[in-house]
Order: sequence, then structure tokens, then C-alpha cells
Amino acid sequence: MSEPVALKLTAKDFKSDQEVRWCPGCGDYAILAAVQGFMPELNIARENIVFVSGIGCSSRFPYYMNTYGMHSIHGRAPAIATGLSVSRPDLSVWVVTGDGDALSIGGNHLIHALRRNVNLKILLFNNRIYGLTKGQYSPTSEVGKVTKSTPVGSADAPFNPLSLALGAEATFVARTIDSDRKHLQSVLRAAAEHQGSAFVEIYQNCNIFNDGAFDPLKEPATRDDFLIRLEHGQPITFGSDGQFCVVHPPGGFGLEVRETAATPAEEIVVHDATVADPAYAFALSRLPGLDLRNTPIGVFRSVDRPSYDSVVQEQVAAARAGVDQTPEQQLSALLGSGDTWTIL
Amino acid sequence: MTKQIRQLDRVVIRFAGDSGDGMQLTGDRFTSETAQLGNDISTLPNFPAEIRAPAGTLPGVSSFQVHFADYDILTPGDAPNVLVAMNPAALKANLADLPRGADIIVNTDEFTRRNLAKVGYATSPLDDDSLAGYAVHPVALTSMTIGALAEHDVSKKDAERAKNMFALGLLSWMYSRPYESTLRFLERKFAARPELVAANVAAFRAGWNFGETTEDFSVRYEVKPAKMLPGTYRNITGNAALSLGLVAAGVRSGLPVFLGAYPITPASDILHELSKHKKFGVVTMQAEDEIAAVGAALGASYGGALGITTTSGPGVALKSETISLAVALELPLVIVDVQRAGPSTGMPTKTEQADLNMALYGRHGEAPVAVVAPKSPSDCFHAALEAARIALTYRTPVILLSDNYVANGSEPWLLPDVESLPDLRVEFATEPNGEDGTTFLPYLRDPQTLARPWAVPGTAGLEHRIGGLEKADKTGDISYDPANHDFMVRTRAARIETIPVPDVEVEDPDGDARVLVLGWGSTYGPIGAACRGLRQRGLSVAQAHLRHLAPMPANLGEVLRSYDRVVVPEMNLGQLAHVIRAKYLVDAIGYNQVRGLPFTAAELETMLEEVLKNV
Repeated sequence: MSEPVALKLTAKDFKSDQEVRWCPGCGDYAILAAVQGFMPELNIARENIVFVSGIGCSSRFPYYMNTYGMHSIHGRAPAIATGLSVSRPDLSVWVVTGDGDALSIGGNHLIHALRRNVNLKILLFNNRIYGLTKGQYSPTSEVGKVTKSTPVGSADAPFNPLSLALGAEATFVARTIDSDRKHLQSVLRAAAEHQGSAFVEIYQNCNIFNDGAFDPLKEPATRDDFLIRLEHGQPITFGSDGQFCVVHPPGGFGLEVRETAATPAEEIVVHDATVADPAYAFALSRLPGLDLRNTPIGVFRSVDRPSYDSVVQEQVAAARAGVDQTPEQQLSALLGSGDTWTIL
Repeated sequence: MTKQIRQLDRVVIRFAGDSGDGMQLTGDRFTSETAQLGNDISTLPNFPAEIRAPAGTLPGVSSFQVHFADYDILTPGDAPNVLVAMNPAALKANLADLPRGADIIVNTDEFTRRNLAKVGYATSPLDDDSLAGYAVHPVALTSMTIGALAEHDVSKKDAERAKNMFALGLLSWMYSRPYESTLRFLERKFAARPELVAANVAAFRAGWNFGETTEDFSVRYEVKPAKMLPGTYRNITGNAALSLGLVAAGVRSGLPVFLGAYPITPASDILHELSKHKKFGVVTMQAEDEIAAVGAALGASYGGALGITTTSGPGVALKSETISLAVALELPLVIVDVQRAGPSTGMPTKTEQADLNMALYGRHGEAPVAVVAPKSPSDCFHAALEAARIALTYRTPVILLSDNYVANGSEPWLLPDVESLPDLRVEFATEPNGEDGTTFLPYLRDPQTLARPWAVPGTAGLEHRIGGLEKADKTGDISYDPANHDFMVRTRAARIETIPVPDVEVEDPDGDARVLVLGWGSTYGPIGAACRGLRQRGLSVAQAHLRHLAPMPANLGEVLRSYDRVVVPEMNLGQLAHVIRAKYLVDAIGYNQVRGLPFTAAELETMLEEVLKNV
């Protein structure tokens, strides 16, 4: 096989002629810039890239990408993208969605795309609020959230998107943050390289209706102590001085955070995103507290499983192998199959 | 003994039994034998939604009616001449449909006290005079089958289960059917278990021989082949024909076919059938729900495939938001609605035509789509091709309104020459279409078809974004401009309204009819048979049948206005009649039934005779 030709694209090539219309200061701008900046790395021609979105602030994303794109209907982007990806395995298909779009109205499509392992890169912008409809609580809002629709606080418990994705048999699960461009792009890179569904949760700030939701993970004073930066093959330690670590306590089901100084080095968990049992990644996804302490970011899980697209295409290819008739001849044979009789 | 042979021109047989008795298969085999003989045929299966309702009960009765004749027929027949009743429930459930004098063949082994009690018979109807008006043939079907298989290496249960083949053998003898296809069928069906092939063949032969030897059956019947157009035929159900039509649409368009579907009665058979045809490049996806099914189909259409979704009424309701998106995106999409009795779960295995309003209007906003309906089982093939043609040529969703009656009914189908099928090839956009030679305008329309270019991902230089937000004319950019929205809404309406569809044809052989019967969809057969009946009695009546419900044929208004009375029989409460009245200001008379069953020709004939008297 010959080396692919370098397309020499730049971030500018991925900017459409449409005026970007998110609120000034919205986290979506940073994500858009990071994605546009990352896209040239893929070395995929713009015409072979498609962004499909649902409804919500984040779902305006495709209009701003100079690729093919569809801004569809609320919650249905994974379903529409599945049909596109399965019938066009030559395309790089990205889904952009939000916490309401993916986890509320479209929850069913999200989990089924993940269990099928459709070759989609799903970017979930999680701002824990409904922005486009002006500030109702979302399925990722914390219990007791006071919003226009919950004046005395919401009564329902939120989803943990990564736990949900892992429960849905996702083969690639990661989390990143809108404001950390370098980290965001590293996660996009890993997602793009994954064959099958890649689920990426991006913590995104809505500065109008839920401002500062992720501040402890962003403020220089707290972020190093709060964030766990997962790196494959590395012991999981974190904190400004590496003072915290993650262990698997004997007899326990999950993972816990300990003081590094008081923990023997061999007890510190070495991160391995390729662990077959999703229980490990699930335990990682359960580490954060309500105050966002112990929030892992990076690739939680990345395992190999044949994608739905590839299995479907293989079945079609197997059925067509050795067929030497024209489609018309085949059709003629099909119509005349079964018990026939002829009248002269 | 020598049996008398009597010629008949037509016969209606109903096989009825418990849902586990194999009556659908028995009917199907009898139909196939009958087709081999060259009779014209029409069939009507009738089965419960429950897979196995409690054995021996009335709700568990499953039946299969076959009408065959030496001339062309239009319906499965109003009333059976022969009932095969495998148990008391089957007798009780079907007796009211039998005219006096009909033959009833009963399996006496099942007329036990317990089985009789299950359906409320205090005494056996075989022992009292309640069946005095009928020609009853008591046959110990089960015990004779078991007896015939005594030497066979099969369990008693398997032997008992072969009783439907005994019944089939007997009926095949009675009506002089060629049975080679049934023997071949049994060899295929039980290929893995040769002992079952032998047992079922032996049961079939035992039934045949029983007819030949017993004195109870003194007459054997013959129905001569019908005069049919020359060519090769097969018997086909509506769902099978519709599936083949969709495969043919893929071949004739050169596009891959993508079906997104969620299992639902009575449409699932289309999913099953299409999933067998991967070598044609047909991809089928059993989606997580109805919404995903249509979404995936639309996604596939966006990528350049022929996107199809198949369902029944409840599924169309769920899909409506996505169909509206397809209206806004102006992409091809075929939505098959095999209608069943509603609302809600309704009667899933019974027929109805009550989704017409939903097909025409059931979406938010002004969201017109094209609507096509097949008139008979074999017509489903051509209607599917027509739906695909409109979808591909005019880049629009098309709803194909089948129903349970045509979907599960069957008739002989004259196989078409593949080369004669419509050419459905489409041209994808490959070049910028803007005046500057570099810009691509995704909503710049073809002046003839009003269709926008189909620019599929992967086409360099035509990268563009589309979506559900209102689009500016030509550029497709998001637009909230009042005048633009008004223009786009009117253009989307005009796109559908101006699709050229063939004129509606009127059948008025006498040429002096003053009453027109207008139908659509599966009522074609019963209406046609009723009109024939009237004409045979010297009465004049005209018949017109709509295949295109949206847009309607251009000549329809003129046709309607040229008759003194327009009668519209429908299996709903007057949905087409309502449209006709609103659109053409014609005082259409509705004739409406929603019993889950097709019209009988006789009831339509009676109704029309009344109308004729009062013109």
C-alpha cells in the first residue's frame, strides 16, 4: 500500500462561512476551535467528513464546520449517523450532542449506538443545563438544582454519562474539558484512531445558565488537586505534589483515593485502558464526588471489538462473493424463484 | 368404486383450526397446488395476534381461505363453499359465514366433551340437528393419521401433528389438485429429518386415499384452468411482492437499499424478506425503535442510498418528526405503512384503512409528502417501485399505504420482464451549481421537478450543511426571513402537488353509468367484484380506483363531476370521502366499515344497488 498523500489542510480549511452564533464566552467556542485545529491531523479530505448533530446549543456545531453536515432533530443524531455510517463506511462520521440531547430525549439511540459499536465519534458537550430553551435542569444536573423549571430544587438524580456509556458496552470512553485545548485534542486523536464507537464527554461551561459548573477543575488553585489525568501505562497519582493516588482496596468492589505517602507503590493502580472487564473503567467513572474532587480525565477505556459497520459490510460482501450475474439477471432469477407455472 | 366427477367454475375453501394446527401452512400448500393447475386464485389468512392462544378456544382459531376459479377473480370470496374444521372452536367461529348447503369437513376426534365445553357447546353439534342445513362429513382425522403412521419411526406427537397433511391430502383429492409441489415442499421443509418427510408424505397420501375409497365422498370436483395472459406466474402475498419491489427499485436505480425497521405486525415480513437479499447490496437494520429505524434510513439516504423504513400505524406515529425532517431536508425516503386496525394497539392482525389521514396530514407544520397505495397483493410490487420512483426523482418522503388484507392475501402474479421495469437511475450532484462556478447551492432547484440537487458526502467541492431549521432559498443557509419562509412552505407544497401522476382510469363498460364508485388501496377487489355482479344483472355502474392519494390525479375532479353520485367505500369512517368533499366540492357518499375485515362483494353490491335505485 502506498503512503497516503498529505493533504496539507489547516484549521482555516475547516471553518465554514457561517457566522458563529453562540453566546459570547460560551465553552463551545473553545471546543470548535480545538476541533477545527485538530481536524487537519486526521489527513482526511473535508468531503469525507460528516458532522451530524441533534438539537441544542452544541448541535449548531455542524453549521460551523466546512465539511458535510446535518443538523437533525432532538436526540436522533446517533440513529441518523448510524444509517449513514453503516451505508458509507468510507466516511468519517462525527456526532455532536449535548447532555439533554444525548441523555434525555435521545438516550435510547445513544446506548444502542454504543452497544452496536457503530463507527461514530460521539462528542457529548456536558454543561449540566438546558441552554437553548433558557435554563431548565438537565439529566446531568446535580440533585437540588434550582432552575426555572425546578424553583425549589430538582428532585431527580443525575446520570453519570461515562458510567452509562460503559454500561451500554461502549468500547471507547473518555472525558476532557473545553478549556484544556491540548488535552481535548489528545482525546480527539485517540477517539479518531479507535475503530468503533468512541464516546467523549466534554465538560463545557454555559456561562449564561450554569456558569462556573466546572470551575474547580479549571481554577489554577484547585485543578491539580481535583483532576486525575489518566495516562495509559502510568500509575494513577495526582495532586499538585502527586500527593494522591488511586488504589483498589482488597475486598472492595471499586477504586479509592489515598495519600500517596501512606501507600506502598505497588498498591497504586497502573492505568490500563485496554482492560477487557468494563468494571475497571466503571470504577474510575465513580471516583468524582459531588464537589468534583477526584475527577478523572483522559481515556478510561479503549478496547477492540468489531464495529457494527464492518460486520454488516462483511455480510454483504460475503453474500456478493462469487456472484457473476448482472443485477438485472439476479433480479430476474429472484422474481422467478419458488413455485412458478407457465401459461402458453 | 367409481367416483362421479363434477365440474365447477369456482370454489371457496376455508381451512380452520387451532393456531397450532398448521392451518396457514395447509392453506398455503393447497394454494400452491391450485396455482400449478392454472386456476386464478385469491387468498385470505385470518389469525389471532397471540402466537399460541389457549388451545381449543375461540380466540385461538386460525383460518386460511382460498378462492379459486376458471376465470379471473378479484377477492378471496365472501362465503366458503367448504369449511375444514379441525376442532369445535373452528366450527363455531366460522359457521356463521357458511351459506346453507356448504360442505363441512370436521375432525371428529377433537369433538370431545372437554373441547365442546371450552366453546360453550352443551351437546355436540355433530349429534343434534344444528348442522342439518349443511353437508357434514365427519372424519376421524387425528386417529386415522396416527393409524396411518403406525409403522413410521415418529413420536405420537409428531404423528398427530401430521393431521393437517391428511386434511390437505383429502382436499387435494376432492378438488383434483396436482400434489408434486407439496411433496417437494415437504422434502425441503424437513430436509434435516427424513423420518418426518416420510411421515408427512404418508399422512398426505392417507388423506388422498381416504377420499378415493370412502363412500362419504361420492363426488370429486374439477375446476378448469383460468384463461390468463401468457407468461410465467407465481403465487405471491402483498408483503412478499412489496419486498421484491423494493429490491427491484435498488436494482433499477443502481443504488444500495437500506432498510431501517423495528418489528411490528403486520409489516415484519418485509424486514424478514429483505434481510435475505444482501447479495443485491440490501442492508437491513433492526433498529432499537421506530424512530431510530426511520432516522437510520434517512441517514442512509443522505449518504446516497435508497432509504426505506417499514412499519404499521403506531410506528408511523413515532416516525412523524423524522418524516418532517426529511420533508425539510428534501431527501428521498420510502415509508411503508402496512395498516392494521387502530387506534393504539387495536387489532394488530386485522385490516383497516384508517391511516390515510395520518399519511396525508399527520405531521407538524406544513409537511406534505407523496402517498401511494397498492390495490392488490401483486400490485404491491409495482406500487413499491412507484413509491421509490417518486422518492428518488422528486427527493421527497413517500408513504406507501398497504394494509393487512393485501399484505397477507395472495394471488397469482404474472412475472414482469425486468428490463420493462421503470428506469430509476438518478444523478448525484458532482459540480458546483452557482453562477460563479465555484459555489454550491444545495437548495437551487431543478425547474422541472422542483427537486434540489442530491449532493452526497464524499463529493469534493460540494461540502454543505443541511438541517431542520428553515433554509434560505437556493443557498440553504439558516433563514428567519418571513418572505423566505412563506416562499419555502409554498414551494414544498408545490413540489408535491406538481408531481405528474397518471390520470385515474374509469371502468364503465356500458358507458352510461350515473354512479361512480371510487376506492383506494385494498378495496379494489371487493369493489370490482361488486360492480361486475351489478353489470351481470344489467345495471350500469362505473369504478375508479386511486393509486396516488397525494398528489391526486389531475383528471380526478373532472371524473368525479361527471357522475350523478359518487360512492366511496372505505374501511375507515370516511377519510377519502372527506378529502374528496373538501378538495373537489363533490357530495361523495361514504360507505364505511371498520370490522377488521375486508368488505364482501355481496354487501357492496347490495349497497350500490340501493344507490342506483335512488339516483
